[in-house]
Amino acid sequence: MAEVKIAAEIAASVWQIQARPGDTLAEGDTVLLLESMKMEIPVTAPRAGRLAAILVAEGEAVEEGQTVALLEA
Amino acid sequence: MAADAVLIANRGEIACRIAATCRRMGLPTVAVFSEADAAAMHVAAADRAEPIGPAHPRHSYLSIPALIEAARRSGARMVHPGYGFLSENAEFAAACAGAGLVFIGPSPEAIRAMGGKAAAKAVARRAGVAAVPGYEGEDQSEGRLLAEAEAIGFPVLIKAVAGGGGRGMRAVAEAAGFPAALAAARREAGAFGDERVLVEKLVPRARHIEVQILADGHGTVLHLGERDCTLQRRNQKLVEESPAPGVDPALRAELGRRAAALARAVGYVGAGTVEFVAEAGATPQADGIWFIEMNTRLQVEHPVTEMVTGLDLVEWQIRVARGERLPWTQAEIRLEGHAVEARLCAEDPARGFLPSPGRLAELILPGAAPGLRVDAGVRQGDTLTPFYDPMIAKVIAHAPTRAEALAKLAAALEGCTARGVALNAAFLAAALRSPAMRAAEMDTHFLERARAGLLAGDAAA
Repeated sequence: MAEVKIAAEIAASVWQIQARPGDTLAEGDTVLLLESMKMEIPVTAPRAGRLAAILVAEGEAVEEGQTVALLEA
Repeated sequence: MAADAVLIANRGEIACRIAATCRRMGLPTVAVFSEADAAAMHVAAADRAEPIGPAHPRHSYLSIPALIEAARRSGARMVHPGYGFLSENAEFAAACAGAGLVFIGPSPEAIRAMGGKAAAKAVARRAGVAAVPGYEGEDQSEGRLLAEAEAIGFPVLIKAVAGGGGRGMRAVAEAAGFPAALAAARREAGAFGDERVLVEKLVPRARHIEVQILADGHGTVLHLGERDCTLQRRNQKLVEESPAPGVDPALRAELGRRAAALARAVGYVGAGTVEFVAEAGATPQADGIWFIEMNTRLQVEHPVTEMVTGLDLVEWQIRVARGERLPWTQAEIRLEGHAVEARLCAEDPARGFLPSPGRLAELILPGAAPGLRVDAGVRQGDTLTPFYDPMIAKVIAHAPTRAEALAKLAAALEGCTARGVALNAAFLAAALRSPAMRAAEMDTHFLERARAGLLAGDAAA
């Protein structure tokens, strides 16, 4: 069981968190939605696993490459 | 400050563009800026500037109290809302009037009548203008919406009633995909403060054609020809042109008649745009064109109309708002040549048009030249933040023929570069040079479909 960091693709603000810690996710499932430059950008699970933690809150600003969630996969 | 000062309730290129016309008319300008925009280009473009709050638009550019207070502090008498933000917000128009300010735009009643996509389609049907078949009812249950979608026939579009800019819109190919698409559309609709959606027939291969209208408070409604805005990504326009390819004088007159009928139906005053969906093809037909919505404001793409008519739409918005009469008859509105606009954006076509915030370490835009116009909103050294849209500039070419205008714009775009952010210039140039575009055989999904080929320099894309 490895811990996988899920990162923001670009600088953005966290719009909506869609998964909860403990959720079982399939590869490609949406963890949260970012908003940047008026576009909705989904952050998805890079592979199947159990969501260990969400590290950001709705409305929070994130940087490109910032880890926003942890996945146990 | 002089009593005729104009507060520009916007930012970026449109705020700069409005300030330029005000300057030409001798009207002092007041810019407004969020905390992220204190050093922005539009602040430098105005005579003075007022802070309106935090970077997030909800607390600044979308804050009616902050804007009204900025107008009061500055002594401005008129308010130009630009596009986006509060430009189609009836409460803002009403708040301006309540504060003794002249809102440069239509009345709150006209905005309400046309602002909602559902209400606008009802107005169109009453005015005898064909609208896209669909359901705009108050019953918003999933069961009812799905039943209506089946009655209309798949594929359908789900649209947020209050949506805009392509958000809150989902295409649905078949009934199985309906619930998920509805949920997504509603989620985005929530951002507009209204979760209601409508369902309408999807024209599978479509062109987007729209008519610019200009109306005064004395009963004159003119149309200024049409624009084709078919090249889009994420349901947002990237390239616009006027006239629309294949629209002959008879069809232009018919679309103008429809647009003017709608404007008259709601007592419209000012500049506005009536949008239609047309079945794709090089020669659109009147019975294959349906009304979709009206934008009760200036459009991003208004410069192509300005270049073919020789009129300054912002100037006439201001004159009409001051109560002046439009001095022309319809027959006196002439379209000269062909104009094409491209929206230069900080985004990466190779990554699905992912926006690209960052600092513009270098920015090279084409210089203005005869028949070439550049409306920029940022400069080299500026930072593009995640809070606002990714547009850097609009580049517009005007030439005697469509082929010349396309080539001229493509060449201008090929000379654009940016460092620090991704830029869509080369992609746009490739699209303008593509055989499909040159033959006017484009549809609204052309850019997304041809993306890989255009990026690879594949001439057949």
